Amino acid sequence: MRRGRLWAWIVFALGALYFLLPLIATVQFSLSIRRDAITLDAYTNVIQSPVFQQTFGYSIIIAVAAIVVGLLLVVPAAYFVRLRAPQLRPIIEFVTLLPLIIPPIILVFGYIRMYNSSSVLPLTNTSVGTNVLLTLAYVALALPYMYRAVDTGLRTIDVQTLTEAANILGANTLTILLRVIFPNIIVAVLSGAFLTLAIVIGEFTIASLLNRPAFGVYMQNVGANRAFEPAALAVISFVITWGAMGMIQLLARFAPRTAALTD
Amino acid sequence: MADDFLRLENLVKAFGNNTVVKGANLSFNRGEFITLLGPSGCGKTTILRMIAGFERPTSGAILVEGKDISPLPPNQRKIGMVFQAYALFPNMNVEDNVGFGLKIAGVGTEERRARVEEMLKLIGLSGFGKRFPFEMSGGQQQRVALARALAPKPRMLLLDEPLSALDAKIRVSLRQEIRSIQRDLGITTIFVTHDQEEALSISDRIVVMSAGSVEQFGTPFDVYNKPATKFVATFVGQLNTLSATVADASRGAVSIGGQTVTVPKLPASAKTGDLISLTMRPEAMQVANGHMRDIVLDGTVSEVSFLGSVIRLKVNLGQGNAVHVDTFNDQRTPPPAHDAKVKVTLAGSDILVLSD
Repeated sequence: MRRGRLWAWIVFALGALYFLLPLIATVQFSLSIRRDAITLDAYTNVIQSPVFQQTFGYSIIIAVAAIVVGLLLVVPAAYFVRLRAPQLRPIIEFVTLLPLIIPPIILVFGYIRMYNSSSVLPLTNTSVGTNVLLTLAYVALALPYMYRAVDTGLRTIDVQTLTEAANILGANTLTILLRVIFPNIIVAVLSGAFLTLAIVIGEFTIASLLNRPAFGVYMQNVGANRAFEPAALAVISFVITWGAMGMIQLLARFAPRTAALTD
Repeated sequence: MADDFLRLENLVKAFGNNTVVKGANLSFNRGEFITLLGPSGCGKTTILRMIAGFERPTSGAILVEGKDISPLPPNQRKIGMVFQAYALFPNMNVEDNVGFGLKIAGVGTEERRARVEEMLKLIGLSGFGKRFPFEMSGGQQQRVALARALAPKPRMLLLDEPLSALDAKIRVSLRQEIRSIQRDLGITTIFVTHDQEEALSISDRIVVMSAGSVEQFGTPFDVYNKPATKFVATFVGQLNTLSATVADASRGAVSIGGQTVTVPKLPASAKTGDLISLTMRPEAMQVANGHMRDIVLDGTVSEVSFLGSVIRLKVNLGQGNAVHVDTFNDQRTPPPAHDAKVKVTLAGSDILVLSD
């Protein structure tokens, strides 16, 4: 028993070292911009840079747009599949996994080919159009995570009975979705939202090839031209991602609790 | 007094090749408490769900006060429903749950609050308004579900096995409470259950169903005492079956264990010399204690079950015949011992002649 526990700790420590060592090294490097002192200068340089603020703000806006569009697409879809067509679930799951199988580079070239200036829907002609395209691309990229998060949320409630209970009390489908289903899966929905945020903030390939001023592109540019700032950016990026994950954990505590079934 | 408040006309429901409701023709009066009773898969819940609007009938009509409601979606039928799994909205407290239907209907805040309070008082849960479903017991949750269903003043109440998830004691008290509330409000109620005791105890009339068909529709008294079919007799209550030989078909005389007795009615196809089955309720038979009725049969006690107010004996009558006999528990008379020789007596008129 005790020996088993020791081994568990050894494995845990090795795993922690594997993940933490590069991170510690990055943090240390990001603080060593001056030879003789540990300073936050690299972080100050990054945060005060107008390009950082613009690209970060841009990526946040695109992420929020992708989250909203993703939710409008995924929540009703997952709800109706669960309610009316459970036999379609394997197909839907497969479709939502496709963005994991198709590399972003293929995806973006597909988009450019489909929506270029000589196509029927020339989205890339304008800045707004390209932003829309980027948003939709991120919706597709985040689809596996968003769908799974929402589907897991739906699994924790009795979708059919709650729907029927609300329906017979006079509610229509939209009211049921907004007042009954959505509030009961809000934590799952927010998990999906934060996962999307984490993916979008650091995404490079699609943003770069669509020539958008996104945070991922900025990080790559800084990485190519500066020494210490990329390390600071990497740490900032980690903090954002972990912050998003931490929010998921925190929100799980506020999930509406399902009722006890017996006396 | 029949007023045909709710009428089901040739109601059929098929899922693919499987017909689960086979042409139900039923008529319920305003304010009646009707129970749909039957084993799993008999179609009782499907009928309820068709009335609610969750299933569309394959053919036939559902008429409320003469108007066919089949084309209406559930949210326009003005029906209240209580589900087996409570189905309270986990994100809302009791007040919001009960007031949900009123809010949807656009009832103002003050009026809604008053109605919610009235409903909570009705179900004996005043002061529970701010609690969430997970903070309540199953019985309390189901009462809230009842209040929620009744709050918008529906024209009909549907109860889909609302007591199944509760423990035995709460089931009994809650069913009495439901019946009492139903009587006070005079609301037409359709209750689905597979529990015959529940059905017999609270219904005005019972629809007994089997394999998608209505076997009998009548009062609890009739369903129990005058079962229309063998299925009804065996599903509702206990039933004894005795083998007998027809002694004289024209007079209705049969021979049971060497005795010839006259029964009220024989199956139409029975001829003299035929071997037939006769059925009777366990409480229609008695262990003879000097007072003999039409038929007296000798037997040996093979089982004694003490059920509190009732003692159930299993008596072997020989030739493969065994019957259950129910007697009231009399504190001054101990029950017969195992293997005791007894005489079992019953009246010819207590024999049930049943078709399959």
